Amino acid sequence: MKRTAAILIANPLSAFGVLLIAAVVLGAVFADFIAPFPEHRGAVVDFANFNRAPGWPYIFGTDLVGRDLFSRILYAYRISLLLGVVVLAIAVPIGVTIGLFAGYLGGWAEYVLMRITDVFLSIPPLVLAMSMMGLLEPTLTNGMLAVTAMWWPWYTRLVYNLTRGEKEEGYVLAAEIIGASRLHVIFREILPNCVPSILTKMTLDLGFVILIASSLSFLGLGVQPPTPDLGSMVADGAKYLPDSWWLTVFPGLAILVAVFGFNLLGDALREILGVDQ
Amino acid sequence: MTFPKAAIPTLRIDDLHLSFRTYTGLIEVLHGISLHIRRGERVALVGESGSGKSVTARIILGLLQMTRSARVDGLLEFEGRNLSKLSAAERHRLRGTRMSMIFQDPTSSLNPVYPVITQFHEVLKRGEPAINVEVARERASALLAEVFIPDPQRVLDSYPFQLSGGMNQRVMIAMALANEPALLIADEPGTALDVTVQAQTLHLMRDLVVKHHTAVLFISHNLGVVREFADRVYVIYKGRIVEHGTAAGLFDDPRHPYTRALLDAIPRITGGGIPEIRDAAEEYFAPMVVHEGCGEPGGAA
Repeated sequence: MKRTAAILIANPLSAFGVLLIAAVVLGAVFADFIAPFPEHRGAVVDFANFNRAPGWPYIFGTDLVGRDLFSRILYAYRISLLLGVVVLAIAVPIGVTIGLFAGYLGGWAEYVLMRITDVFLSIPPLVLAMSMMGLLEPTLTNGMLAVTAMWWPWYTRLVYNLTRGEKEEGYVLAAEIIGASRLHVIFREILPNCVPSILTKMTLDLGFVILIASSLSFLGLGVQPPTPDLGSMVADGAKYLPDSWWLTVFPGLAILVAVFGFNLLGDALREILGVDQ
Repeated sequence: MTFPKAAIPTLRIDDLHLSFRTYTGLIEVLHGISLHIRRGERVALVGESGSGKSVTARIILGLLQMTRSARVDGLLEFEGRNLSKLSAAERHRLRGTRMSMIFQDPTSSLNPVYPVITQFHEVLKRGEPAINVEVARERASALLAEVFIPDPQRVLDSYPFQLSGGMNQRVMIAMALANEPALLIADEPGTALDVTVQAQTLHLMRDLVVKHHTAVLFISHNLGVVREFADRVYVIYKGRIVEHGTAAGLFDDPRHPYTRALLDAIPRITGGGIPEIRDAAEEYFAPMVVHEGCGEPGGAA
């Protein structure tokens, strides 16, 4: 663990990634103290200062009802990170468990589980999420649900393939021979050997989940106003390009920073943990 | 069949058939093999790849019977108990306690994510479910000392990938014998190691099984090793036992055409090139040759 941290800092690219993520996470967690106008995350109207270009005290400018963009971005990060963490916290255990069982048990279990997974994978992710959001009410919870539904099959695929490989290893056979139960073999022998790959994918995915969630809200299917969300901020600002460029550019950059940071970290983790793609 | 208590063989297999169900019908892999191992005896099963050596081992452990496509027929007796009549739970109880196994590649047989002590603890728990880590550590380091590992405490805290192949092989041997099994199945042990290390560990293994009176089924294609290690030898060819004799008798006087071909296949250190043997020949299917005094118990010797 210490060694991993040391390597992460030593490599300039991954150090940069860590820096970006640290900025995003700290900004989101301490938004109440950092944001110059914390009340602007809600339905506040300040027509005296509407549509202002970046400057003091509005470093990223203000939106069409006079709310500070910088403050809103910090609070939007909260939503994005929360969504990313919750989605992965649900999707990963489900996907991993199904993948482990399908890979280890084989036969009918494998056939049924993997075909179900394939059905989910065959629908374009954004279309699946959009249709779910169309059916349900566009709220944060439903947004998480929709993204989770499209995310778990990738973990099933990953872990299924890993399990198929691990299953042939001597220690699995050895465990079976000394009489270990299937559950023991699956969760105590095979799963720990899959953890590096899962961890790497999770880091990379955190960025992508944020991106997908932003896409959903860009289409108006995500978090609803007045709650600040990066995707809907970009969508709102896009109507006023190029004159009020800051309305789009800063939320867009905010998405980029988060996704890029998690990608850099994920790539570095992949190398450190020796996971091959 | 009734035997006096002391004469009950540790393992007796009689007319064992194994077939696999496939789309095109049943394919028979073992065509009725019989073999026995007496208490503390070292018996080798020799044959080429695909001859049915390893499936025999898996049948003895009861692993193949769990595969739905496999059909196993014939008598399997372990310490006088008919294995096919035991419940799944009873069979389960035998594995890892009364019978254990060693594999080809010691390093892949140990899970890389756990230190040796954790895996040793698991093994010892099979024999004594309530054993705690401290006691397991003591027992494990005594067992490792028995396989001449100089610094057992360090090895116990190491991960398998931090140890050499020979070291892992010793750990495997110590683990396999940890619960004092009656039968040890060694499936080409150490084939993945280099020759000198392999020789050392085999030597060690032989001394240990003699000391613990463990019966061994030694599966191998390496005739040199078999000659040194085994008391008795069965030669298997395409799912049939073709010759059975004492190690000394069989190597001095190979009688079955296949056994002779197998012995001729070893390149001589004195030169003469790589010997040529025919892939398959009519005469390899000649009837089984049983050397004097080596009959199956209960059968016509």
